[in-house]
Amino acid sequence: MPVLGCVCLRPGLRVDDSWGPRVLWCVVSRCRSEPEGHVPPTTLPALPGVSLPHRLFYRYQDLAPQLVPLSYTSRPDVKVPYELIGSMPELKDNPFRQRIARVFSDDGDGHMTLDNFLDMFSVMSEMAPRDLKAYYAFKIYDFNDDGYICVWDLGQTVTKLTRGELSAEEVSLVCEKVLDEADGDHDGRLSLEDFQNVILRAPDFLSTFHIRI
Amino acid sequence: MMMAKKWAKFLRDFENFKAACIPWENKIKAIESQFGSSVASYFLFLRWMYGVNMVLFILTFSLIMLPEYLWGLPYGSLPRKTVPRAEEASAANFGVLYDFNGLAQYSVLFYGYYDNKRTIGWMNFRLPLSYFLVGIMCIGYSFLVVLKAMTKNIGDDGGGDDNTFNFSWKVFTSWDYLIGNPETADNKFNSITMNFKEAIIEERAAQVEENVHLIRFLRFLANFFVFLTLGGSGYLIFWAVKRSQEFAQQDPDTLGWWEKNEMNMVMSLLGMFCPTLFDLFAELEDYHPLIALKWLLGRIFALLLGNLYVFILALMDEINNKIEEEKLVKANITLWEANMIKAYNASLSGNSTGPPFFVHPADVPRGPCWETMVGQEFVRLTVSDVLTTYVTILIGDFLRACFVRFCNYCWCWDLEYGYPSYTEFDISGNVLALIFNQGMIWMGSFFAPSLPGINILRLHTSMYFQCWAVMCCNVPEARVFKASRSNNFYLGMLLLILFLSTMPVLYMIVSLPPSFDCGPFSGKNRMFEVIGETLEHDFPSWMAKILRQLSNPGLVIAVVLVMALTIYYLNATAKGQKAANLDLKKKMKQLQLLVASSFQSYAGGPEVLLTLRFKTNDFCKGQEHKHCEVTVPLFSP
Repeated sequence: MPVLGCVCLRPGLRVDDSWGPRVLWCVVSRCRSEPEGHVPPTTLPALPGVSLPHRLFYRYQDLAPQLVPLSYTSRPDVKVPYELIGSMPELKDNPFRQRIARVFSDDGDGHMTLDNFLDMFSVMSEMAPRDLKAYYAFKIYDFNDDGYICVWDLGQTVTKLTRGELSAEEVSLVCEKVLDEADGDHDGRLSLEDFQNVILRAPDFLSTFHIRI
Repeated sequence: MMMAKKWAKFLRDFENFKAACIPWENKIKAIESQFGSSVASYFLFLRWMYGVNMVLFILTFSLIMLPEYLWGLPYGSLPRKTVPRAEEASAANFGVLYDFNGLAQYSVLFYGYYDNKRTIGWMNFRLPLSYFLVGIMCIGYSFLVVLKAMTKNIGDDGGGDDNTFNFSWKVFTSWDYLIGNPETADNKFNSITMNFKEAIIEERAAQVEENVHLIRFLRFLANFFVFLTLGGSGYLIFWAVKRSQEFAQQDPDTLGWWEKNEMNMVMSLLGMFCPTLFDLFAELEDYHPLIALKWLLGRIFALLLGNLYVFILALMDEINNKIEEEKLVKANITLWEANMIKAYNASLSGNSTGPPFFVHPADVPRGPCWETMVGQEFVRLTVSDVLTTYVTILIGDFLRACFVRFCNYCWCWDLEYGYPSYTEFDISGNVLALIFNQGMIWMGSFFAPSLPGINILRLHTSMYFQCWAVMCCNVPEARVFKASRSNNFYLGMLLLILFLSTMPVLYMIVSLPPSFDCGPFSGKNRMFEVIGETLEHDFPSWMAKILRQLSNPGLVIAVVLVMALTIYYLNATAKGQKAANLDLKKKMKQLQLLVASSFQSYAGGPEVLLTLRFKTNDFCKGQEHKHCEVTVPLFSP
């Protein structure tokens, strides 16, 4: 898909400069457009004094030190496989980690480049705007990637949330209720608008859909 | 071009620096990943309060305490700055200092030390004016900062739809992405499953005919008990304050530790144990846990508020006593002065030149100082509150955890799963305690400029201590019911407390005469006269005339009317814009459907975006008088 200058244009939503964590967008564009700049390999990433984008780069590099080079001047095409991403402490207990990795990866297979990695953490950060988070939440819960959350997607979500402890009948009752409540255009599935309508009013959404790194 | 790049880089680095300066990020992250976002919200609130208190501390320290320390007359030069002769022997004892008497009382920490000279030092720093203005500025700043935080959160507040999206919210927002710990994740899974099961049961259950009368009677009974408890606690505090007045008349050496600290201990203990009583009474009521939580919070709020106001009433009683006492003391002092002058003249009659008339400041009889007394009471209350909290955490959480952990091997039943097990972190209790402590700081800081400093110390140590206690002794809650939709519930309470705390202070400033013998306003009829005095002396006379005209009641009423009209107009405009916004969204959706339906057989290929360009910027962000754009995705592959 065409990427115009800034990573954030991928979903087709137009974003102006005041959106999103500026720091991360700038770092990403740095990786693309400034051939003379590269992320300087300095000290350990655990220090709080190191800036956020540097810290994220070092976390990425730590996942696969043999694979990821310390210098991105030559614009290497490196992807860290999903197994390593899914074992990060921030993600390993999350039932949706596979969906998250797939949504943010280029080919939908869960293997992430540095850009994907930065995207993921910037959308999940505190500073990302509500609309952007709602958009990505929709994609995460859309298990079959058809652009709509249908009954099967809902069933998958509920099963993952309860680790299979609800009976099939209870799961289908829940899915029915959700469609009752949220399906605005009555087509038996949730479109992005329906989803946004529900989620943007939820009081807990911003505080739970957040990963701190 | 290079300059623009360098400037952008500088701004970026500055943003990074600002983000790195935020304290305790790692601690809060650790708590978040283990306990989830609701427990962490308490620590975020604590950190925010620390920031507010830091600003108050900087204001009071740099504009009141430091100038007096640097340029004011030193200790021992004036009667008000010296420990009286009678108390000198014990002035440096730890017991006396702990009570904030003795040397601690006659220092920059309290109101009574400050001199009433109009200017001090070589810079002609106007201390009484600064004292008054800093007091008002602290209140104003606190209001601003709380309101700003509330308006920032207003967008987050859902708008009150509690049941419309019940299941949808459960499905899409119940997982807490911050969790990074397997045990917490387990708990979360269990709580989500239980939540779903309960909701399903509620959904399926028919209307069960319960015994309505029994339930109503039980609820009435529970409320009656609660009322009794509130009344009882109010009476207990009043009685304790009266007793402390009696103790104040007695010789301090005959009193034990309990008698000296009785009132503060009573207030802190009541605040600690009555909520447990309320919990007990709530068992009778049999409400849904969320509603029961709201009732509990309301009752604890009423309890703490009642306690605070009874305390203030008792204080007002004492203040009035002191003001009465002042008249007597004034008469005594004039007598004493007359006697001293007679004695001096008598000693002088022998030789024509003699030693100059000098009385050591410690020997001069002293007038009562109600402002310092008020300041001392608040400082003592704060200190005892802190100690009670820490001791309760140590005993209630830490010792209990140790007991459960180590005695489990040799106990009949499983201590960890049955009673007593580990404590859960009580979010609402802690937040309420924090809010009320802040209320006391706001009330007392006009009379004891050191109070924000003491509070800073307290919040700093609280952060570390409570972080340690939470990670070491508490377990994540099995069921989480959030009392507040957004943080606005607690911020709203904070705003209410701020308002209720500043009322007594403003009343005291406006209607009580300052003590004649201590403080920066001594000798004046009312504290706010310092403003009038400054206008007369320091500003040209035409400005004083103008300001006097401006405070004309007719003009003030007109200004208030204009402000009310402006508020109404802005409100109406905002409503109109919201409606127009909704209208536009509907139109775009219709257009989208229309175009999308004609592309139904289109599969694959590039995205199609529709860009709408507006002539004005009423509907989107953009520069003034230039068009702005909104892009709508019409079709995505």
